[in-house]
Amino acid sequence: MKVNLKYFGMIAESVGKTEEVLELGENISLEELKARQVQKHNIADPESIQLAVNQDLNTEVELKDDDEVAFLPPFAGG
Amino acid sequence: MEKKKPKKVFVQGAIPPEKIANSIANHQSKTNIGAHSIFLGQIRADTIDGKTVSAIDYSAYEEMAENAFHEIREAAFSKFDITCAHIYHSLGKVKAGELCFFVFTSSAHRKNAIEACNYFVEEIKAKVPIFGKEIFKDETHQWKVNN
Repeated sequence: MKVNLKYFGMIAESVGKTEEVLELGENISLEELKARQVQKHNIADPESIQLAVNQDLNTEVELKDDDEVAFLPPFAGG
Repeated sequence: MEKKKPKKVFVQGAIPPEKIANSIANHQSKTNIGAHSIFLGQIRADTIDGKTVSAIDYSAYEEMAENAFHEIREAAFSKFDITCAHIYHSLGKVKAGELCFFVFTSSAHRKNAIEACNYFVEEIKAKVPIFGKEIFKDETHQWKVNN
């Protein structure tokens, strides 16, 4: 399946881009995807990262083809 | 072309002080209002390890942020008896001393206006995917984290 990844803030800085499309095997979990990207791009402080799937912070979901997964660093509005 | 979104929250760059005055002026015809509450966020020139912040460069996951603003707005209107509410947040570079965040709530009486204003501020800081790059005077930077 094809998944669209988006990176923001300090994560985009570590990865060196703001988005990419990945071809993934079926049955990969969100946690596995996160761990894989954290390791691949040497992203610091992974505990602080929240994922949003199709703009929703509820990560109790299974990835589907064409999902958008955002890697969000701590929020800093205001 | 125009999206069916209730309000545009993000503004490019600093929020001009005139916008606050204009917002107040725009509500003078609404005579059922008896109280306004206003919160203004201003960029602070923090000194960290001897380096001084000269600006914050804001970015956001804009589509998700717009949805989050909408949900917070809906929740605020169901929790508090307010007449209206306006929120604006900067994107891009805002220099120290300039305004980056403006919340304006109005109600018949002060309590609802004040409580709703606080609610908006706290919810937005906690739940909206906005990111801030603190730029120091020497052009280095670090990423801001809300407490």
